[in-house]
Amino acid sequence: MIKFENVTKIYEPDMPALQDVSFEVKEGEFVSIVGKSGAGKTTLIRLILGLEKPTSGSIFFNGKNINGMNSTELQSTRRKIGAIYQDYKLLPTKTVYENVAYIMEIEGKADEEIATNVPKVLEAIGLVNKLNNFPHELSGGEQQRLAVARALVNFPDIIIADEPTGNLDPYNSYEVVSLLSKINKTGKTIILSTHDREIINKLGKRVITIEDGKIIRDDVKGRFII
Amino acid sequence: MFTNFKRVLHFALTDLARNKGISIANIFILVVTISLFTMLFFMHGLSNEIIYQMQNKINITAYFKSDTSEQDILLAKEQILKQTNDIKSIQYVSKEDAADIFLEKYKNNDAFTDALAEVGDNPFLPSLNITTTGEPQQYEKVNIILQSEQFSDLIDQVDYPQKKNIIEKVFSITSTVNKFGIGLAVLFILISIMVVFNTIKLAIDSSKNEISTMRIVGASSWFVRAPFIIQGVIFGLISFIVCFFITMILIFFLSSKLQVTLAGFSLWHYLLSNIFVIILIQFGFGILLGGIASFVVVQKYLKV
Repeated sequence: MIKFENVTKIYEPDMPALQDVSFEVKEGEFVSIVGKSGAGKTTLIRLILGLEKPTSGSIFFNGKNINGMNSTELQSTRRKIGAIYQDYKLLPTKTVYENVAYIMEIEGKADEEIATNVPKVLEAIGLVNKLNNFPHELSGGEQQRLAVARALVNFPDIIIADEPTGNLDPYNSYEVVSLLSKINKTGKTIILSTHDREIINKLGKRVITIEDGKIIRDDVKGRFII
Repeated sequence: MFTNFKRVLHFALTDLARNKGISIANIFILVVTISLFTMLFFMHGLSNEIIYQMQNKINITAYFKSDTSEQDILLAKEQILKQTNDIKSIQYVSKEDAADIFLEKYKNNDAFTDALAEVGDNPFLPSLNITTTGEPQQYEKVNIILQSEQFSDLIDQVDYPQKKNIIEKVFSITSTVNKFGIGLAVLFILISIMVVFNTIKLAIDSSKNEISTMRIVGASSWFVRAPFIIQGVIFGLISFIVCFFITMILIFFLSSKLQVTLAGFSLWHYLLSNIFVIILIQFGFGILLGGIASFVVVQKYLKV
């Protein structure tokens, strides 16, 4: 589903973030990317989303090179990816309902479908009683759950979570990771970037370890070893 | 397509209502700018009127010999008109008319009327008063025609040499006023555009993270940009309506009070006779500037 082929990313003037990185994520997998802060995890996620261009190498999404895509193709690809971020990246001037509905609206979904699906997803995520609240009126955990709801609502092919528990307490972190595990059980591909040792060790899934921009381990049932 | 339009319109209206402070600030700046533009338009009308009045007061006079018959003078008038297109008006003044004009002008001055009575006979010469359509060179051209061989038996003298300096001075002043007006207009337009762009930029700057998030979740450029452009157009539309009514009310009440100060120029009459141009300026400037400024500013943040 996602393939990195000898990807190197060097930030100007001479700051290597990733060096000759190659790996593949298959459909239905749950892959954790681990590493210390500054190891290159976020750069890797940004490259998948087309937010950065690699200095060399190629990244494929469902067989298509992301770097070769024009703006329309790239936006269409982004709509197939549910992304969750440490800083939530919610739309601050839209309500909980509108934040989730926005994703369906940009897809051109019918109003009736939006009116049916958004409350369902928010109910599943435990935010149905906060439909008309704005993001700044929610707790950190609620904001991250909203981000998860937003990532799920369009039934994307893959969910990419970049340090989704970075700003959460242990209880909320556990909740978010449990949610991701449940989603994975429905057959969705998950890529989770984190430096939370406990979460990784509990998951018992594939772990790619990055250090100084290089992959140093890729274990099928990995643990957090740095 | 219709669904998408309905959605971006809804986003635009919702954001507008939720960000009342920013919306009011934008509208206020646009109202000030459009008012400035409207003021420039009225200043243009006023300066044109003053120039027109000044230029209309200028003419040259060809004095015919005392014994020239009216028929010969009117024939000469036709011949002069045939030789140039530069003449706006040419008016025949007979000896009697000249005396009447003199008497009317100095009816309260006994010294002049007594002097005329003393002379006994009508001392005035019949003449042609000529006004051209514009430039000082045209007066010179007309003067050359009047001084030519064909009229030498009829014309006693032309007062162009005495008036040459005044004519050139008046035209030099009007030309300077015109150039200054154009310069001022260009300067005002540039300042207005910059002020509106910066105000809208400040408003959209506060949404830059939101725009970036919209792009990250896959929104197309059009879907992100359209609500901002619609908001810009709505700002322009509201500003136009506010400005139009302010202009109408102010001009209606001030026109008669200012007419004497403005050399007889009626602001209200000028407004009514140019109402469609004023609507076009206010409407076009407001909507175009609001829409284009939003388009350009959002464009910067779409590169995600």
